[in-house]
Amino acid sequence: MQLYDRRRLTNRVVVGLSLAATAFGLLFLVFVLATLLKNGVGALSITLFSQATPPPGSQGGLINAIFGSVAMTAIATLVGTPTGILAGTFLAEYAHGSRLGEFVRFINDILLSAPSIIVGLFVYTILVVPMGHFSAWAGSVALAIIMIPVIVRTTEDMLTLVPNTLREAAAALGAPKWKIVVTVIYRSAVQGMLTGVLLAVARISGETAPLLFTALNNQFWSTDLNRPMANLPVVIFQFAMSPYVDWQTLAWAGALLITAAILVLNVGARLFASWSGLEK
Amino acid sequence: MAAEAEMVAIPQAAARRRPAGHAGDAVFHGLTVFFALLVLTILGGVIASLVWGALPALRKFGFGFIANGAWNPVTENFGALAPIYGTLVTSLIAMLIGIPVAFGVALFITELCPKWLKRPLGTMIELLAAIPSIIYGIWGLFVLAPFIQEYVEPALIGTIGKVPGVGALFAGPPLGIGVLTAGFILAIMVLPFIASVMRDVFETVPPMLKESAYGIGATTTEVMWRVVLPFTRIGVVGGILLGLGRALGETMAVTFVIGNSHHVHASILQPGTTISAALANEFTEAVGDLYQSSLIALGLILFVITFIVLAAAKLMLLRLQKGAGA
Repeated sequence: MQLYDRRRLTNRVVVGLSLAATAFGLLFLVFVLATLLKNGVGALSITLFSQATPPPGSQGGLINAIFGSVAMTAIATLVGTPTGILAGTFLAEYAHGSRLGEFVRFINDILLSAPSIIVGLFVYTILVVPMGHFSAWAGSVALAIIMIPVIVRTTEDMLTLVPNTLREAAAALGAPKWKIVVTVIYRSAVQGMLTGVLLAVARISGETAPLLFTALNNQFWSTDLNRPMANLPVVIFQFAMSPYVDWQTLAWAGALLITAAILVLNVGARLFASWSGLEK
Repeated sequence: MAAEAEMVAIPQAAARRRPAGHAGDAVFHGLTVFFALLVLTILGGVIASLVWGALPALRKFGFGFIANGAWNPVTENFGALAPIYGTLVTSLIAMLIGIPVAFGVALFITELCPKWLKRPLGTMIELLAAIPSIIYGIWGLFVLAPFIQEYVEPALIGTIGKVPGVGALFAGPPLGIGVLTAGFILAIMVLPFIASVMRDVFETVPPMLKESAYGIGATTTEVMWRVVLPFTRIGVVGGILLGLGRALGETMAVTFVIGNSHHVHASILQPGTTISAALANEFTEAVGDLYQSSLIALGLILFVITFIVLAAAKLMLLRLQKGAGA
């Protein structure tokens, strides 16, 4: 009986600790979001969307940074999506256990979790140094490089979920392989692939480290992709680390905007996936 | 499959159709191969550019670069010891806190929680992973650091700090900003990554194994410890390494709270720096080729460390997939 009691007690303690661990994890999610809401909502105003970032001590907004983030994310998505989808198609449809396929998959998974600041260094060396200045183009390329592995991964996963009978049925009709992939396989996996793209966009829209050495920052409104461009993450970094209260307030507002956008994208992608019948 | 289909097609019809289909096939196949190779090229390019950029510093300092504790832009004497030390110590703290908590979360999700709660709980943990590091950074700077300064650090200094030996780890004034705070933030950030991998590998355990154990009267703890963990241990280690890879390379959150000082302190309450924090802080302001090259050399070291850790993680998870779990 004593042994039984001891085992039961151990089990109670472990179950209790497990509950506590889960509560601890969720506590921080709530804690971070609550702080963001508390400090960010008060900082929201119309000028946020109508004025550029101010010098310390004067009124201003974040419109140049919002535009920069949206523009660079958009360009990165335009470059990264086709690249990622085609590379993912290779892995799912053409590689079939070949050495090259295994190797690309392995390298892709490494790139997926490689430190993003390293990507910043890479783009700095290949684009910023030869061009002689920081630019929004370099920022977009850095974001695209971070995005590609995410899309490769989800595309491959989604294409392998498509039942082989579909491929065989199309092949039996005499369709060439590219037509099978584009008109049959893509069509039946499109929701999953879109979910992957949405998650990748969410992933890059908060990335800061790769933009520090590429797009840098710009205090003024600029739409010139050949010049440094403001973007929300770098502005948040600069303003939050500054000693000026009005800059810090703007940083909170920017942080709230970015988090809201990312959470909407994430939850949206998940809803979209479950609505189209995909189990993530 | 396309080839098989054509073999059974009527020869004349196939001869008529083949050119169009084949050209399209070759082009499309070529495109996918091209972009797959692009992924390899990116990695190759990253390695090449880091090595090339780091050459001047490595030539000047040699292997002593790693052991040199100095970081002086004025005399152009650079060493990687402080950033490497900071990177390793913050990641170690993150793992010490993060692994047990992640294990608890995964245990709760797979074994304890009611079915209806599984999905929402999993989603919430994944949202924790989706919050960008800059947000953790700003939160760490304005919320966590003051909290740690006011409550955690005085308590540590007052208790463990007085024990001879170990006390050196918790010496000095409570600054709030420092290695401990950075490690703590990292722990929160890697928690969802480790927890979700652990949850996934725990779910690969055949229910029959667990049910057999429960059937002979094992408690949840015993099932976890004697059945699930031995069955999934490679996957669990893989998940932990994945989290470690993240922690080593994490930049923004750490940059906010570590204090950016190129000194190796025995005490984890003191400010320090990590490789990524040094890069984020100094790279755009680095004047002089040697300064910049030294920073790139730091980046190269970081890349080599994370590459090894991530490759090990990946190989372990692959082995699990191939059914060599036990």
